[in-house]
Parts: sequence; structure tokens; C-alpha cells
Amino acid sequence: MLQETKIAIKDFNFYYDSVPALQNINLDIQPKKIFTIFGPARSGKTTLLKSFNRLTDLMFGGSHTGAIFLDGMDIYDPKVDLIKLRRRIGMVFDLPTPLPMSIFDNVAYGPKLSKFISKKRLAEIVEKALRSAVLWEEVKDRLHTSALRLSGGQQQRLCIARVLALEPEVLLLDEPCSGLDPISTASIEETLLELKKDYTIVLVPHNIQQASRVADRAGFFLNGDLVEEGPVYQIFTKPTDKRTEDYVTGRFG
Amino acid sequence: MAALSTIAVMILILFQILKEGLPILHLQFFLDSPKEMGREGGIFSTIIGTAALTVVAIVVGAPLGVGTAIFLREYTRESKVGRMIRFGTDCLAGVPSIIFGLFGFVFFVIRLNMGWSILSGGLTLAAMILSTVISTTEESIKAIPYSFREVSYSLGGTRWQTVTRAVLPSALPGIFTGILLSIGRSIGETAAVILTAGSSLVMPTSLFSPIRTMSVHFYILAREGISMKMAYGTGAALILLVLIINMLAQWMINRYIRHRA
Repeated sequence: MLQETKIAIKDFNFYYDSVPALQNINLDIQPKKIFTIFGPARSGKTTLLKSFNRLTDLMFGGSHTGAIFLDGMDIYDPKVDLIKLRRRIGMVFDLPTPLPMSIFDNVAYGPKLSKFISKKRLAEIVEKALRSAVLWEEVKDRLHTSALRLSGGQQQRLCIARVLALEPEVLLLDEPCSGLDPISTASIEETLLELKKDYTIVLVPHNIQQASRVADRAGFFLNGDLVEEGPVYQIFTKPTDKRTEDYVTGRFG
Repeated sequence: MAALSTIAVMILILFQILKEGLPILHLQFFLDSPKEMGREGGIFSTIIGTAALTVVAIVVGAPLGVGTAIFLREYTRESKVGRMIRFGTDCLAGVPSIIFGLFGFVFFVIRLNMGWSILSGGLTLAAMILSTVISTTEESIKAIPYSFREVSYSLGGTRWQTVTRAVLPSALPGIFTGILLSIGRSIGETAAVILTAGSSLVMPTSLFSPIRTMSVHFYILAREGISMKMAYGTGAALILLVLIINMLAQWMINRYIRHRA
């Protein structure tokens, strides 16, 4: 059966100063699903996420071979508008990273970068983004206070809202719950399931349970290799590779 | 012990200068122009001279220094050009101020024919404070978390937007501190100023007028034995001025930080 593909990765390798971080990755990611990339530390998960929006460009000594396609467009093509690409692919980092400014200004940061927007329109965008990130009710009365005063869970949802304000097509989430308590984690996961209706989501979960709770498909990474990939229930119940089985049953990692 | 002796030295200096100087500090002392080479009258024209010179030095030196630091930190990092500029600023930091004075005299005063003037002196001081501004700005930019930049880039920010909107606002208090230090250095500088701005007591009328700063005035009064009384008065005024500027700046920085947090 032919399936729709949002992101296609073809023979992708990434090196830090000629040390390989990702090796020969081939993977298709479908739209409006949650794809989860899991595996032990240093297996290349974050590098892969940062390759999607080319944040890897900022790293010294990084290089790649192969290609990544977004809707069929090679994102490493020199003709690609990097600014536009990054606005289409939003990223949320492993620790909440509010900028030291007000809640409103944090969410408005992205929209204000591109062009002049009227105050009224900006307020609408901010409200919509905060609502989508399920944060609006908690902060609507203090939009102009510092974002640093929010709790960790609220800060992370603020970071999600900040990304949503740009109305991207893809959301990259790099262990978005790693610094959070179980209740905040639950509310972020609910948010993700809600967002799946409109966005393609690539998630690095902070543990296997999270992956099985929210994801549609999963890919297991180990030492820069994609070991295997498939629907979540299959990966977690009857993986085909011995190494995946060892990892999901908790024998290592 | 070391900390105590530092404070002791500071108190001793303050006490000595203020004890001799405070009795002279009346409002008229600040507002009158010097008469008879400074033996009588006040110090008004030297206050104006100091202010004008410092303003020129900061207006020229601060943007250049901050710009260089941004370039070094955010645009080149470990390139050959970057290393060369950094080596240059390190060298500048070690140059004695009298050498800056000599350079300013040869280059601005004579070569560019600006004469002894506010402009010559201000530009010389700008060159002198450059290394301070660059290194303090670099340090405060360096302290901004890498994640701020990643966030800005990931939201589609250009490098310039990232620097001006995500990095610089957080670095401002540190940059202010550097500029403050530079103001202090400019106000206190004597050797480089005498050689480039002259020591005229006449009220300046333009950027090309020669002037005498408070430090130079103090130096000449004491050195030529014109009036120790007036010298102490000028010294006390100088200390109070620097103190006020420091407190004002500290207040501004605190307000800025509180406003953002």
C-alpha cells in the first residue's frame, strides 16, 4: 500500500569531525502522526531531529551525506530558504527554554521576526497558540509578566505555544518532558495527542512508556543506526531485532 | 586581611581628599569659571570640558567596541580574522595611556590637523577604552546560554535578529558595566588628555575647541603649585562625580534587570 510521506530520509549520514553520529538512515515519516525516535543516550536521536530543521548547521565540524526531503523538497539543496524551512519545522528542546521576556513576547517572538504584524493580529496569534498548547487559561491574566516565573511544565507548554505561533507543519520534540513532574508530563502528552490532528510530530520520548502511550510509529536507534522501525504496538510487543527486544524489555539502556 | 586593607586604602584616600576638599565645595565653586589660572573662582569650564570629552569618547568608542565584540563572538569565533582582532585588542589593553596620548598627538592633533581639541582628545580616549569595552562585552555575550540562540534560529531568526533580540538584551547589564568602567577611565585620564585636548581654561565653543578636564586641572594646580586648596577642591568634586555616575548607572542596571525578570 502506498502511503503518504511528510519527511523522507535517504541514505543519511552525519559526522562530527568525521566521527559518525548517524549512519545510513532510511526512514519515511507520515503526516499527522506521532513518530517516536527512541534509544539509549548518544544514539543520534537529537542529531537527527536537528538535521530536520538544519540546526546542525550551527555546529562546528558537522557534515552530512545523503538527503532529507520535506514534501519532496531536498532540505539541503543550496536554493532552500533556511528561514522558511525553520518556520515550517518547529522544534521544542529537552529543557524548557523561555527567553527572558514576558509570556506574550515569548510567543510573539517567531511571528514578529518575519514581518510587521498589527498589534491586534499579534494578540490573536498569541491567544490561539497558547490555547492550542493548553496554557491559555493559566496565563491569560498575566501575559505581560516574565515567562521565567512560570513552573517548569508551564514553561515547556509555553515553548510549544511559541512554536505553534508560527503554524509550522512539523513539530520536533526532543525529550520535552525530561525536566518535568508526572502531572506536567501528562498534560503535555494530552496536548500532543490534541496537536496530532493538525501537525506531523516527531518525538524523542524521555522513556519507553511515553513512547508507547502517545506514538503511532516508533524507530529504535542504537549507536547512530536505525535498528528497526514500525507501528508502536509491533515495536514494543514483538520486535524483529534482538537488540530492540533487549532494550524494550529493559535488559540494557 | 587583603580585603580589609583594600577598604582601608580606599577610605584613607577618600578621607584625605574629602577632608581637604569638602570645605571648598560650594555651589559657586561648581558654577564659576576659573580665574587667575585657577587660583580663584571655580571649575565650571573644566566640568564642561570633562563632560564633552567623555561623551565623545563613549559615543565613538562604545559602538565600535560593542560591534567588534559582537562580530568576534557571533560572526567569526575561531577564524583567522577573529584571532587577529583578539590579539590586537589584547595588545591595546596593555598599552600605557601616555602612548595613546602620543599617538593622538601625532595622528589627530598634527596629522589630521585637528589641533588640541575636544575631538582629538575624545577620539584618543575612544581608542584607549576600546579594549575595555570589547572584553567586557565579549564576556557578557559569552555568558548568554547557547539555548537562546538555538531557540531564535529554530524559530526562523536570522543571525542579526538572533543577536539583537535574543542575545543582546540579556547581555546589556554587562555591556553597561563595561561602558561605565570606560567612563571612569575617561574622566580620570590625565596624560593622554593633556597631549591631545590641551589645557585651556577658556569655555569651549565647538568640538574643535581646546579644553581642560578636571583631572588635568587638578594635575596642573598641584604640579605647578598654583593652589593646593583648589586642587583638593577639584579632586573632591571629581570623586563625587564618579561616585554619582556609578550610583546612577547601578540604579539603572537594577531597574532594567527587575523590569525584565
